[in-house]
Amino acid sequence: MGLDIRIPVGALFSLLGALLAGYGLIGAEALARRSLGINIDLWWGLVLAVFGASMLLLAWRARRRR
Amino acid sequence: MHPQAIDWIIMGTYFAFVLGIGAALKRSMRTSTDFFLSGRAMPAWITGLAFISANLGAQEVIGMAASGAKYGMATSQFYWVGAIPAMVFLGVFMMPFYYGSRARSVPEYLKLRFDEKTRGLNAITFAVMTVFSSGISLYALALLLRLLLGWGFATSVALSALIVLVYIFLGGLTSAIYNEVLQFFLIVFGFAPLVLIGLKDVGGWQGLVAGLHTVAQRRGYAPDAWLSTWGVMGRARDNPMGIDWFSLVMGLGFVLSFGYWCTDFLVVQRALAADSMDSARRTPLIAAVPKMLFPFLVILPGMIAIAATVHGGASGLTLPRKADGHLNYNMVVPLMLGRYFPNGMLGLGLTALMASFMTGMAGNVTAFNTVWTYDIYQAYIRHDASDAHYLTVGRLATVVGIALSVAAAYLTNRFSNIMDLLQLLFAFVNAPLFATFLLGMFWKRASGHGAFTGLLAGTLAAAVHHGLTLPAGRTPGIKGGWIAVLHLYPSQMAQNFWTAIWAFAVCLLVTIVVSLMTRPRPEQDLVGLVYSLTPRERTTARRWYRRPAVLGACVLAAAVALNVMFW
Repeated sequence: MGLDIRIPVGALFSLLGALLAGYGLIGAEALARRSLGINIDLWWGLVLAVFGASMLLLAWRARRRR
Repeated sequence: MHPQAIDWIIMGTYFAFVLGIGAALKRSMRTSTDFFLSGRAMPAWITGLAFISANLGAQEVIGMAASGAKYGMATSQFYWVGAIPAMVFLGVFMMPFYYGSRARSVPEYLKLRFDEKTRGLNAITFAVMTVFSSGISLYALALLLRLLLGWGFATSVALSALIVLVYIFLGGLTSAIYNEVLQFFLIVFGFAPLVLIGLKDVGGWQGLVAGLHTVAQRRGYAPDAWLSTWGVMGRARDNPMGIDWFSLVMGLGFVLSFGYWCTDFLVVQRALAADSMDSARRTPLIAAVPKMLFPFLVILPGMIAIAATVHGGASGLTLPRKADGHLNYNMVVPLMLGRYFPNGMLGLGLTALMASFMTGMAGNVTAFNTVWTYDIYQAYIRHDASDAHYLTVGRLATVVGIALSVAAAYLTNRFSNIMDLLQLLFAFVNAPLFATFLLGMFWKRASGHGAFTGLLAGTLAAAVHHGLTLPAGRTPGIKGGWIAVLHLYPSQMAQNFWTAIWAFAVCLLVTIVVSLMTRPRPEQDLVGLVYSLTPRERTTARRWYRRPAVLGACVLAAAVALNVMFW
């Protein structure tokens, strides 16, 4: 197939997670008003980043085994 | 809704990845099998996620949320009854014949099992349907982008068509499948926070239950009507769907669901791309696991929105009304995105929606280019060209298929009635299909003449039934009753289900009768195509959870448990 799908999935979600969390960290007060007092950008960004990183980890482990 | 730089950056990042994947895969597209069937080299978890994603277009996401508001929890019948059993049946019983016969498409299986004319009928109607479905996707996306971002119709259509064109042209089915996997995760991560914040808004699960009790009582139903599935299915007048359990089980659970999941090449193609028979069989079974949990992601937002509208929530979220005074249920998702998501998350939510529109379209385009190349071009136009020739034809078919989709999108924009009519015709054509496949795979006596006349008779029966019946409160015309009104159904859904039941029954009967009157194919030609003449598929999986039959049984048990929990 040439390309392990986990690499683009992992890279995309790590990047999106970092963007969201960073944005949430800067503009915390104003943002949270919309989402009922939760700074959803920050927390969800962290969730995405963790997911993305674990996908990359799986891809890296699969490559090493080969 | 006011997207800002961060939202555009998120959307842009996604599109860059989509195109990048296409470019990275270009080198591995050497043969037509690479392009149309991903070289039959995909592991089961990827084809499984693609299988579910190809079906989860944005119309489905928006439509299911709308139905969640309109009908409540009972909407999940479309998943737990209307999908899971058929997906298990496909994986356990039917996949050995699709994958094992080395057919490259569903119409090609019909050619191997029956004859050329049955394949031709199926291939041509399928090709026409995929082009129009993909056009409808484009049209719906353009409407949504106009609403959310203020984009013009031409801009939205051109941009999304171009992106889909580039990544399929470069990477074929592999590109489509990879993007479906991306979309799967985007929908999950884009919609889960919507449900979480929404639940908080209406006061948690308790608050939602209280709100939905109010909704049901205000509309004259039992308090639980928006919260239960089977509990209110005793009589059609007890639930907002206007459906009783028998038509639900037979119409949706059997005929429509098996007809779609087990015979539609758009989904089956994903399983044919798998790297082995076991993977192909596991594809729909793996897909069934997220499928049965999707109601909590796509239906629950609608239930939250209606509870907030009628009963009130902390943020004051209220569904808008249409010009005629009815609530505009299709606004559930756009409204909640705009209300609950701050910039940043808004970008992610919009990306998830756009991704599902584009994969919905790409799924149709990849199915179209395969059926066109293998079942129409190779069958009727050029028999014995080189493989490289068919690869080129497939790439050209991608361009033509997308151009036709754009034309269909414009047609829909100009004449929305034409589209209603076409969708009605497609429903007539699809309704009897499962009878043909069921007899083809499990009755060796079924003949080509039988299958062909059965299909035509089933389609005719669907049309006649529709022409003779009408949902209550409608005027004769596109909704039915255009011959004469012999019977009134409590709802349009009930009419649809019974149209399918009639089409199936007539197709089954006519196929059997005509087959008995015509000569069957010699048994040695049917090995690998019919159940009784094919050696049982022995799984090579060593671990128990990788065996299709065991996995299928677990999936069914989980689906039953969900039905009981939300009885």
